[in-house]
Amino acid sequence: MGCIEQMKYEVILKNTSFKECREYVDTNFKEVYQVKPGYKMFDVYLIGVPPISIGVDGDDVIFPYTKPCYGTFLLRIRGESEIESLRKG
Amino acid sequence: MSNALFLLGCPESPVQTAIALYLANGLKRESIDVTVAGTRSAIALLKVSDPEGNYVSKTVDLDSCIEDLAEKKVDFDLCFVFVRNDAGISYLSTLNSISDAKLFAIVFGSDADALASMIDFECEKIVLRPVTTRFH
Repeated sequence: MGCIEQMKYEVILKNTSFKECREYVDTNFKEVYQVKPGYKMFDVYLIGVPPISIGVDGDDVIFPYTKPCYGTFLLRIRGESEIESLRKG
Repeated sequence: MSNALFLLGCPESPVQTAIALYLANGLKRESIDVTVAGTRSAIALLKVSDPEGNYVSKTVDLDSCIEDLAEKKVDFDLCFVFVRNDAGISYLSTLNSISDAKLFAIVFGSDADALASMIDFECEKIVLRPVTTRFH
């Protein structure tokens, strides 16, 4: 999961819970996709409690990112190809 | 049952390493091969505690393990996920989704009961409640 940390990202929520991330995405974004844990995005496999809500805003995806010692973060990263995959289902 | 996976979380609580080694010893006695996946620090603590590898000889990076499970390159008969915080619940749920292993949640720490109540899918829960001392 180190490749996420090498990308240009914005932290929307930090040290939060999977539930808070889901609620934030569901509440604040009009285009939302729900995926299962293990869904691959940016070459990493998403960790979380299903359903994992991923928001789309312009060219950005907003999704939860979990690290064992730091908890869950909600990140925004530019990802046109990820958005295309989400829309294709 | 021939193999088991341990998923270790943040090693902030010293209980995790102790339980992992105790459990590994018990499974080894039953001829169950144990692989431990964890963060670098969790694995390092394990190796410091068991330098000869008497209890655990196979370790793997946590992220690599998740990748191999998600891509169906590997799976296990049993999986023990150590849960001490919300992130642990996330990893437990993820294992439930990407692995066919019989799942065990070892829940410990000061919020053990609250964390255990968040597990709403089928798995064996082992809840270790903290012992408190009262001063009079």
